[in-house]
Order: sequence, then structure tokens, then C-alpha cells
Amino acid sequence: MSSIISVSNLSKQFKDTSAVNGLSFTVNEGDVYGFLGQNGAGKSTTIRMLLSLVAPTRGEINIFGKKLSTHRSEILRRVGAVIEKPDLYKYLSAYDNLSIFARLSGMKVTRQLLMKQLQMVGLGERADSKVRTFSQGMKQRLGIAVALVHDPALIILDEPTNGLDPQGIADMRNLIVRLRSELGKTVLISSHLLSEIEVIANRMIIIHKGQKMVEGNVAELLDPAHSLIQVETNDNETAKEKLKQTQWAAYLQEGSQLRLMMNKDAVPRLINDLVALNVQLLSINSSHSLENYFLSLTTLPGNVDPFAN
Amino acid sequence: MLTLLRIELFKISRRPRTYIAFAAIAAIVFIFQFAFKADGENYMNLMLQSVKDTFEFEKVRAINGYFMCYIILNTLLIQVPILVALIAADSISGEANMGTLRLLISKPISRTQLILVKFAAATIFTILLLLWMAITSLVFSLLIFGADDMLIFRSKGDESQILLISRDDVIWRYLAAFAYATVALTVIAALSLFLSIFAENSIGPIIATVCIVIVCTIISNINVPIIDKNVKPFLFTSYLVGWKGFFYIATDSEGIPIKGSIENWPAIRNSLGILLLHIGGLVAASVIVFKKKDILS
Repeated sequence: MSSIISVSNLSKQFKDTSAVNGLSFTVNEGDVYGFLGQNGAGKSTTIRMLLSLVAPTRGEINIFGKKLSTHRSEILRRVGAVIEKPDLYKYLSAYDNLSIFARLSGMKVTRQLLMKQLQMVGLGERADSKVRTFSQGMKQRLGIAVALVHDPALIILDEPTNGLDPQGIADMRNLIVRLRSELGKTVLISSHLLSEIEVIANRMIIIHKGQKMVEGNVAELLDPAHSLIQVETNDNETAKEKLKQTQWAAYLQEGSQLRLMMNKDAVPRLINDLVALNVQLLSINSSHSLENYFLSLTTLPGNVDPFAN
Repeated sequence: MLTLLRIELFKISRRPRTYIAFAAIAAIVFIFQFAFKADGENYMNLMLQSVKDTFEFEKVRAINGYFMCYIILNTLLIQVPILVALIAADSISGEANMGTLRLLISKPISRTQLILVKFAAATIFTILLLLWMAITSLVFSLLIFGADDMLIFRSKGDESQILLISRDDVIWRYLAAFAYATVALTVIAALSLFLSIFAENSIGPIIATVCIVIVCTIISNINVPIIDKNVKPFLFTSYLVGWKGFFYIATDSEGIPIKGSIENWPAIRNSLGILLLHIGGLVAASVIVFKKKDILS
């Protein structure tokens, strides 16, 4: 599988602030690649560098096997993007906006083609309405139509679910899954809704303070061996003290809640031990979501990978 | 590049603010024409008061379409830079404000192309604005007041002059004057475009453009030798009203105007050259700055 994006030692310095620091990652053909990080982690700056909106201070970006700095136009002709909010010309209709950006991408447009694209995102009947009359969800769908109209091989979506209602988020998720499975597109997606990434991405990177924390296959990173087990008892403090005297001490997590990071298969054994310790168990929940993983990475002191050992 | 220009012109044509400039010009010209139709004779009495014993000319004939156009241009060409700035200063900052700049830059068009197209579109807008001025102030005035020989009141140093240009010697002067004004106003467009690169909404560059024009105009009108010699030659505002030179007709030794002549063509030619240098410098600076700019909006 060939690499579509190859980023090596990428850095961006804004005066005294280092937004991205020595970042390297690879997106392969056909990937839905999740790009995760907290606000200010450097996701948007990286995406802007991929789209040549921001010049890197150091490092190299190769897309479709070519250097972005020397083959910019050639590369961008094959890239579609929604960068943060899908801001479009509010005083123009959906059709005019789509027509403008299709022509800017080097396409020869026909009304039939543009209408087909608008119908695909459910805006066929509002083709001639001014964008200023659109809801956030409609603007987002039009933004997606703009990104896809020239049939790009690589689609970059920066926070595409921002401001969408639950239905809009579900539609976006389905669209991204379709882009990969039916059309074979490569998608790089950043989002704050990490549970969304968990569902749609096959590979991901987590960045923090401009640096890579972890990169890999979502399935591997979310192995059940790394489940977060949350236990609720009638007295969590006492239960925690009792567990500290046992083999479970190594799995206990910091904080006021009673949480253990462990293999999910060991939960029945944990329950037996809690009963043996005379702890009154009220509930027990296990999760191995990306969000827990992400929060573990970015909130632990020194940002140590809790799964490293 | 042509596709990009067409798109740019299409966007400008769809923005309501584009038509504010055209409406403003039509309104001002109409007010002038109405005022002179109603009370032009009193104006002429005032202007000719000092020379009524030595200069014979029918006042009714003096207020004709050519004279009206000159009066209107004299007033309007000082205000039109603001109208040009309304559009040109919005070129990049307006896109940044709407959030469309990042989408534009992420398309396979170079930043140099984008700046050149924005400049070309602003220039076309300036030409259309001047064409509209020509239609309303010259064509409509000729229709309303008719054509006749043209009187020009001129201050030259401490003395005042009245020049008379025969009616068949006027039209080419207006064509040349409008062409000159296009170049002069294109400097304003280039300045606004340059300033718009630094802002994320169009208000800042519009105000900055107007302030620069006002300050430079004031300096251009200060009559102090050191400024005359060292500052004025480098200010574009010193050349904005150079179009008037086409109406300063040369006279023979007996003071009779020479048909088809211009008093000081080299001065006009030099002014045009300096204005074109300003345009080239500002557009080049815009390209250089914009190419290095990080798009964060």
C-alpha cells in the first residue's frame, strides 16, 4: 500500500510559540486517518501546512510521492478540503459557490454535474438559495460538496462535525465511511469528537503540544487489554485502600474515582476479589474508547503512555 | 488565469457594495446638473465678475455639457478614491473575513496569480467606474446642456486665467483625461490591495487608504520649498489631478489658443510615468508580502 501523505520532521514556529515540533507521520492509500489532539495541540497548523496555507519552519511534506513545496498546484488539484468551518460566499447561491470552487480546481463544469453533487449532499432543492440562508449543517454539507466536486484522491477534513446536530454528525460519519469503502478515497480527519474517530478511522495519530504521542492502527491501540474499568462501590475510598494491598494496585488509576486500567477479560476475577474484600459493589463499567485513551495520554504528568508497560 | 479573473469579476458583480459607488456617482452628478440647470447663471456671474469688462462671452453659452463635465470631474475625482478603495481594499481582507481565503489558497492557483487577478479585477472596476462617470457627467451633460466652446478657469501661481477651447477640440481631451484618471485611480486600487493583505476585515484597509490619500494630498498642497523639492515629487497624490493638463491649451505669442495643443505635455508624461511606477511597486510589494504570509484566518 503506497503512502499518500508522508510528513517528516515537520515544525512550525510562530514567533515565540512552537505550534508543531518535529512531527512525522504517514497516511497510506485508502486510510481514514484520524488526527487527534486537544485544542492548541497543533492539528490545524499541521493541516494548514499540508494545504500550503502556512509555510513550515522546518521539515518536509510529500503528498502523492511529490514534494509539496515544489509541486503545489499539481498536488492540490487532487486534494479536497474542509478547513474548520465551511466558510463560503454568503451572498452567492449554493450552485454559484460550487461552480466557483469547481472551476478553481481546474474542472470544466456543467449544470448537470454540479446539480448531481448538490443532490448527493441533500441540497438539490436549495441550489439557488443564498448561502446566508443556510443552517450550519447545510453549510457543512455544501462545504463537503465543494471538497468533493473535483473528485479528489485525498480528502482533508479539519473538525468537520463542528456545530452539527446529532443527525448531521451521523450523516457525516456515513459519508466518510462511504468515501473510503465505495469510492476508495484516502481521508485525513481531525475532530474533537474522538468517539467519531474511533468508529470511522482505521489509523490514527495523537499529537500533544505539537509533538506526536502515538501513531498506529486504531484496532491495535484500542486493544481490549487496555480497557478502563470504572467501579462504583458504597465507599470508593475504602475500596481503593483495600485494592492497594492486593495485586490490583498496579492497575489502579490516579484520581478520586475508582478506576483500573486492565484487560477486560480479568473483570470477573476483579469482582470476585472485591466481594472477598467485603466491598459492596454497586456498578462496574468497562470502556476502551479512544477518548479514554486520548485523555490518558494528554492529561498524565509528563504525557507518559500508560500502556507502555 | 482568465477563468480566475472571470470568477473574480463575477463575485464583485454580485456584491451589493459594488453598486454603492455607481449610485453615489450618479447621485452627485445629478445634483450638480440640477443645480446648474436651475441656477447656473449666478455661478457664471460670480466666476466672470473680475473679467466682465475685458472678456466677452455669453454666460448661457458658457454653461454647456463640456463645461459641466469639467466642473463635475474637478469635484468628483477627489472623492472617487474612496469609492475605489471600497472594492479594492476588500480584495484579500474581505476573503479573510469571510473565511474563504483559506479555501482559495488551498486550490491549485498560485498566490501570485491570485494577487494579479485581484489587481486586474480592481483595475477593471476602476475603469467601469470612470466609464460610468464619463457617461453621467459628459454624455448626460451634453444631452441636458448641449455642446459649445468650453471655458476653463485656471489658477496659475498668483494669477487667474480663463482658457477657451473650441468645441471641436474638446472630446479628445476628455478621452485623454479619463485615461489619465484611470491610471491615477489604479494607484489607489493598488495601494488598497496592498493594505488589504495585512487585515482580516475590509474596514481597516479602507480607512488606511483614505487616511494615506488625505495626508499625502495635504502634503502635496503645502507650498514650502523644501517639501516642493524633496517630498512632493515622490507622492502619488501630487499627480492625481494631472488630468487637468489636457485642458491647459497652449497659446501663441498673441495669446490665441492653438487648436489640438497641450501646454506642458512632458509634465503629463512624467506624471503618468511616476503613477505607473507606483502601481508597479505596490503590486510587486503585494505579491512579495502575500507569498510569505501564513493564512491563519
